[in-house]
Amino acid sequence: MYLVVEQLLNGLQFGLLLFLLAAGLTLVFGIMDFVNLAHGSLYMMGAYFAATFVAWTGSFVLGALMALGATLLLGIVLEYVALRHLYGRDHLDQVLATFGLILFFNDAVRLIWGPAGLALPLPAWLTVPVQIIPGVYYPAYRLMIIAVALAVAAMLYLVVMRTRVGMLIRAGASNREMIGALGINIKLLFTLVFGLGAALAGLAGLMQAPILTVQIGMGENILILAFVIIVIGGIGSIRGAFMAAIFVGIIDTMGRAFLPDLLRKVLSGAAASTAAPALSSMLIYLLMAIILVLRPEGLFPAAKR
Amino acid sequence: MKKAFWLAGAMALALAQPATAADSIKIGFVSTFSGPTAVIGNDMRNSFELALDHLGRKIDGKPVEVIYEDDQQKPDVGKQKTEKLVQSDKVDFIVGYIWSNVLLASLKTAVDSKTFLISANAGPSQLAGDLCSPYVFSTSWQNDQTPAAMGLYMNQKGVKSVFLIGPNYAAGKDMLAGVKSTFKGEVVGEEYTVWPSQLDFSAELTKARNSKAESIFVFYPGAAGVQFLNQYAQAGIKAQIPLYTAFTIDELSLPLQKDNAIGIPGAQEWVNDLPNAENKKFVEDYRKKYPGLRPTYYGAQAYDAAQLINSAVVAVKGDVTKKDAMKAEMEKANFKSLRGPFKYGNNHIPIQNFYLQDVVKDADGQLSLKTVATIVKDDQDKFHDKCSMK
Repeated sequence: MYLVVEQLLNGLQFGLLLFLLAAGLTLVFGIMDFVNLAHGSLYMMGAYFAATFVAWTGSFVLGALMALGATLLLGIVLEYVALRHLYGRDHLDQVLATFGLILFFNDAVRLIWGPAGLALPLPAWLTVPVQIIPGVYYPAYRLMIIAVALAVAAMLYLVVMRTRVGMLIRAGASNREMIGALGINIKLLFTLVFGLGAALAGLAGLMQAPILTVQIGMGENILILAFVIIVIGGIGSIRGAFMAAIFVGIIDTMGRAFLPDLLRKVLSGAAASTAAPALSSMLIYLLMAIILVLRPEGLFPAAKR
Repeated sequence: MKKAFWLAGAMALALAQPATAADSIKIGFVSTFSGPTAVIGNDMRNSFELALDHLGRKIDGKPVEVIYEDDQQKPDVGKQKTEKLVQSDKVDFIVGYIWSNVLLASLKTAVDSKTFLISANAGPSQLAGDLCSPYVFSTSWQNDQTPAAMGLYMNQKGVKSVFLIGPNYAAGKDMLAGVKSTFKGEVVGEEYTVWPSQLDFSAELTKARNSKAESIFVFYPGAAGVQFLNQYAQAGIKAQIPLYTAFTIDELSLPLQKDNAIGIPGAQEWVNDLPNAENKKFVEDYRKKYPGLRPTYYGAQAYDAAQLINSAVVAVKGDVTKKDAMKAEMEKANFKSLRGPFKYGNNHIPIQNFYLQDVVKDADGQLSLKTVATIVKDDQDKFHDKCSMK
């Protein structure tokens, strides 16, 4: 029983982290109709900035905040310098250009920080396990990820649903030409949205950094999952991204945790041990395929024109 | 001016061409030079280059040409690069291979063309058994040997039960099988993770803790070892269940693992402080030539591969067409290995000692690896009976 609780928490934590990455991606894809493969690079930059600033300042929280600001700025600069020239082009051009950006960022990181990767050590107060219910301990840092990501999700919901900027973002998602015609500065709006998406990716990267290592190409595998999530959740929908991310996180973790034991009941030990990891990593793609067949627009599609 | 420059360049090329093509020893080197594990490939290349420096950049008086190829840690790419080296570059030796799955994919190409292949790291069980070949030598080990030594050490410590975690590929399976072959206690669980993409081990660590095992054994080479130790410490399991490892803590991962690695034992056939003269010179010169870096066992094995090649070519007086004579010479392991003297088994896998290593702070205040004890002497892999060479 405790095992299930702990594994659910593991899945929730993984899912919420994926949500941060997917939220930025779905905003940019849904509202600006722009495919940004370099989103994973912003995730990587968030982690590298955090490792650097934390080492400079000696404070984890301060360094993380500085890294967040730096990724936000980087996102805005990137949009202003490169990406805004690609909005009118078709998706293939955007994919090519942003794939080029991935290569650019990977080599820039290699030049600046070297090929070996960095470590981002946690402060002592975050490395202790916390007793959540009697007998169940959970790493404090993973609990913090859950708390921060939930807070960000709530803030995002309030901003998008309750503020004027949020109204414009939603309007932009349903009909871009119309809000342009109504005299809204759509260029500025896009820059802001992109910056916000970058900051969210950076936040995901810097929070993941102490668990993994900070290394070149760290954003590429996880970006695929983020795309799966926005497809499952419905492109452009924050709520969809949130629900889908938690689904994916929990299914992935539960698959890894319990599938091997289930398979061992049917197959021989060695075959089960080999097949289980392969099968469990396929589960989320199976989920995506089923959802694409049953609800091609995703679980919670954004309202369209 | 510009014309003169091009002319000079063309002349230099024209002059350089025959010098290399005429009579040189050609060595192909397949390793990982891109992606997160490129640091391992770089270390192997650095050590191989250092070995050539120590040999005066010549083998039996002939210049050496090394062609480095990047396998991207992918079996299909490794096979293509091996084919290129064998078929179009027509190299005399192929060296390298970090990853067992890459080596297994590339093996047939080298063996069919009767090109000597020297594995400087990967040691899949198949290579020691059914797939052994007169043209294949190892300067490392068979995968099962190192974890088997760790299993022996765990018996010495009186460990009663273990939870095994490793990556789901050829080497991962060999490693966990290796521990099981010597460990006398109970194996309460065995988990394989998706390789190399899975970097979060929370589900596996949770299971390990709930299994009530007395110890955990892992094999996670490269950056995965850093990630595993991070998560092991953060989950508070470090204070509850001791960890035993093979190939998880080395000089490349240690600067990132930092204090997380302290107190975690590993087994290894080479440690930087082994007290023979060649090893002292290797470690000193490496640190001089590559400031800020420290050699690893990967590098030491690559260095030995260069020495093994040298011994074979010198024995046939530079006539690399005498393959049988070169094979006979290499079987003698007639060179000064950095790990100290060893013999080859019938399957061309070293029969060698395995040491217990620990993480300590050295004289410079840096974390480094130190030999604590010899776990097993003259250990031979358990697959040599399955090899058809006698």
